[in-house]
Amino acid sequence: MLENVLELSFVLVALAMLLSLYRLIKGPDIPDRILALDTLYINSIALLILFGLYQGSPLYFEAALLIAVMGFVGTVALSKYLLRGDIME
Amino acid sequence: MFEWILAGLILIGALFTLVGSIGLYKLPDFFMRLHGPTKATTLGVGAILLASALYFSFKTESASLHEILISLFLFITAPVSAHLMAKAAMHIKLKQVKRTQNPQ
Amino acid sequence: MVTDRVPLWKKLLPHPFLTLALWVIWLLLNNTMAAGHMVLGFILAVIIPLLTSGFWPEKVCLKKPWVLMRFILIVLWDILVANIIVAKLILGPKDKLQPAFITVELDIRHPLGIGILANTISLTPGTVSCDLSEDHRYLYVHGLHVENMDETINEIKQRYEQPLMEVFQSC
Repeated sequence: MLENVLELSFVLVALAMLLSLYRLIKGPDIPDRILALDTLYINSIALLILFGLYQGSPLYFEAALLIAVMGFVGTVALSKYLLRGDIME
Repeated sequence: MFEWILAGLILIGALFTLVGSIGLYKLPDFFMRLHGPTKATTLGVGAILLASALYFSFKTESASLHEILISLFLFITAPVSAHLMAKAAMHIKLKQVKRTQNPQ
Repeated sequence: MVTDRVPLWKKLLPHPFLTLALWVIWLLLNNTMAAGHMVLGFILAVIIPLLTSGFWPEKVCLKKPWVLMRFILIVLWDILVANIIVAKLILGPKDKLQPAFITVELDIRHPLGIGILANTISLTPGTVSCDLSEDHRYLYVHGLHVENMDETINEIKQRYEQPLMEVFQSC
């Protein structure tokens, strides 16, 4: 039963990633794209952990941790760029 | 019994992750979209990580707690990045839906 | 001769909480409780705060740990409730939502306290903290669905700010 649930969850998370991808492409503004990218990072962590459960191997944990760290740094860097690099005011 | 708990946690987690992305997809302006991913997605991934911690703890018969580390990290960083994105969006004066009360 | 002597453990452990956190994180990262890792982790947890103490000038001191524990439990519970509320709002009709910007006047002054308050607001029902005014007196909060603004402000102030003010006092 656990396998079936895992397969269903793969589909749900993949759907979530597709919706985020739509927002990443559609925009319409830069913050929307940053937010979509951030959501994609978190969704991919979920997908990796689910895959680790499916395979019964704890190997994927390190990759998930790295994505979490790098995703946060990337989001902060992009937001900071918008805050400082833009000459609107 | 144990399998049921695991399955429930995983399913709840995946559903919340999906809800977060649905919010990102359908809500009309950036500040409203921000709510979906910061809350729903974080809790969804938290639930999946909890399921993973339980599974590996039982499988190897010793506590496997490093998943807690990712959950903690996500719960600390998600509001921080949301705050920064909102700040950036306010800085470039992103438009808000008309019915926003008390617009900035 | 009376000198203002700092006890040795305070010199060696300038930031006890940081040391504890580093130690726990090291053990979690290695996913082990083996004696070797506990010793190695402890040595690292002592050396790293010593080397970097120049970057952490202000001391953190917590008053009333019980209030903090209760606050953490309340917040964890609120996160669960908040998610169900937000999920309902997201899945419901989007034209009925009434977003709002709320200005919350802060009474809390401790920088770490303000940071934790902002994070808590972001994680709990339907609100995301957006900006802090330059003088750290006002917090701008965006609400997804706000029916009564004063009620929301009151809830934030009483439920979250009050306990944080008790915990983080300048020392």
